[in-house]
Amino acid sequence: MAIVLESLAKIVFMFLLIMGMVPALIWAERKGAAYIQDRTGPNRAGIGGVRLAGLVHPIADVLKLVFKEDVAPTHRHRALYALAPWLVMTVAVSTYAVIPFGDFLTLGGHTYKLVVADLQVGLLYVLAVASLGTYGIVLAGWAANNKFTFLGGIRATAQMISYEINMGLAIMGLMLVFGSLRLTDIVAGQGGLLFGWLPMWGVVLQPLGFALFITSVYAETNRNPFDLPEGESEIVAGYHLEYSSLKFALFFMAEYCHMVVGAAMISALYFGGYQVPWLPRPMLEKHAGLLLQLVLGLTVAASLLFAVLFLRRVQREKGKFGDARDREPVLGAAFWLVVALAAAGAFALRPGDIGAAGASIFASLFQVGAFVGKVVFFAWLFIWVRWTLPRFRYDQLMRLGWKVMLPLGLANLVVTALVVALVGSGK
Amino acid sequence: MSFEGLPKGSTDGRRSPLESIYLWEVVKGLAVTGRHLVHNIFHTGEMPTMQYPEEKRVYGERFRGRHRLMQREDGTPRCVACQMCSTYCPADCIHITAAEHPDPAIEKYPATFDIDLLRCVYCGLCEEACPCDAIRLDTGIYEIAADSREKFVVDKEFLLNERTRGTR
Repeated sequence: MAIVLESLAKIVFMFLLIMGMVPALIWAERKGAAYIQDRTGPNRAGIGGVRLAGLVHPIADVLKLVFKEDVAPTHRHRALYALAPWLVMTVAVSTYAVIPFGDFLTLGGHTYKLVVADLQVGLLYVLAVASLGTYGIVLAGWAANNKFTFLGGIRATAQMISYEINMGLAIMGLMLVFGSLRLTDIVAGQGGLLFGWLPMWGVVLQPLGFALFITSVYAETNRNPFDLPEGESEIVAGYHLEYSSLKFALFFMAEYCHMVVGAAMISALYFGGYQVPWLPRPMLEKHAGLLLQLVLGLTVAASLLFAVLFLRRVQREKGKFGDARDREPVLGAAFWLVVALAAAGAFALRPGDIGAAGASIFASLFQVGAFVGKVVFFAWLFIWVRWTLPRFRYDQLMRLGWKVMLPLGLANLVVTALVVALVGSGK
Repeated sequence: MSFEGLPKGSTDGRRSPLESIYLWEVVKGLAVTGRHLVHNIFHTGEMPTMQYPEEKRVYGERFRGRHRLMQREDGTPRCVACQMCSTYCPADCIHITAAEHPDPAIEKYPATFDIDLLRCVYCGLCEEACPCDAIRLDTGIYEIAADSREKFVVDKEFLLNERTRGTR
């Protein structure tokens, strides 16, 4: 019973993390794209005048999509057409089961591993599930019975086959270095320092492998510059052309779930996962009190800065709109002042001496925070790359996959194997 | 790499080794977009975006907006229902019914004067055709919206009233 509850708690945490990041990423996509292109981006939708710089827009988008008419072609394959978006979505979320989001958490004498399923064959599971995602796209393209969706599906298949191989080769290099397929082992193996100062992250040990892996992940998630299955300039909207309303929303959300999962994979395999560079677990526990005070102090400083910025806005745009939006800067300033006060008030609880149990919990949470921070950065990198690079042409995509990345991946594997055989693995 | 130096067709073989690796070029591209992003985060006021309903673009004096009908001193329309504008109109959007004017010196007046704003192309030819300077497009009104097609057909009373904006 206890293990069921424990697993449920972890699953709920992971699910909330992914689902919470989806609207944030949609917002980051729209706002980031706007700022990169010198535009203001979404700033209209608001709840009682509070617009949160456009963060309310994803809610409005979802509401719109939920209440829209579900237009479906009459000549579709009914069962597969209904199944495809759910398949894409389920697969996107289930990769997450094996990715460790923290080391362990000691709570009331019990020690919990912070990973949903610590599989021995974790990396194989990731590869297997990631390729299942293509089925959803291919089924969507096939079931809608439209030549453009069909072309999108074909493109997805060919692209996935080409880049799955490269992904596997890149991961095999990593596997040789860390001598394990278990993701917790791989992340734990990245905690040390190389030459005494360089964090022993996957990206340091396998720089070429990392370049190949991140390229393959971008291809697997169908994100720019590899979003040819969608390819709106050539095949309208590709595989999800005939989907509307909530079914389209599922495809849309699945894309962002894939992004979060891809970012989590990159940070777990190549950027040390939950490992904080130069601050291994014993150090974290030893200096927990000091670090907690530092975190609180930074929170106070940051919230005061935000409050000051909002107060300046209050002064600058007094009655600018003449409606509920005028309240927004006042509310923002009040919110950040309350946060600053709460963080300052926490100092009264003497965070300097939180005891051994408290230090352990703090260290675990700090590591989870480090992992989430890395995931957020790499998810943002997906968006950043999308608004920087143009899409590949199809022959370029195939040439890059088979003629450039495959030989490089094989060479990387051979060199890694030689080095591991001569020097010994990273363990 | 300048565009003049590129051969026609493929650009293969003209790239430097560093460029053909492509990854460094990606990083350079990311730096360009990143610069724009950071600059815009700290200089939101400098963006060229116009917050439309709150801010409005100022158009030149010769901008052709929605039509209006000019009045005589007694408030009746200057129009003599000569049909010049509706004849000249390339969009065929002006519909006039003429009637006899009580003053024999004026001869005719428009009993009805309807303009279909959905058909109008705002070319200003009616303004030029008019012998009495009775129709002008100088209102500067460009926010024309309604929830039915019928409301876009505006009549004489609407066009004569200088304070009406938009559509019916």
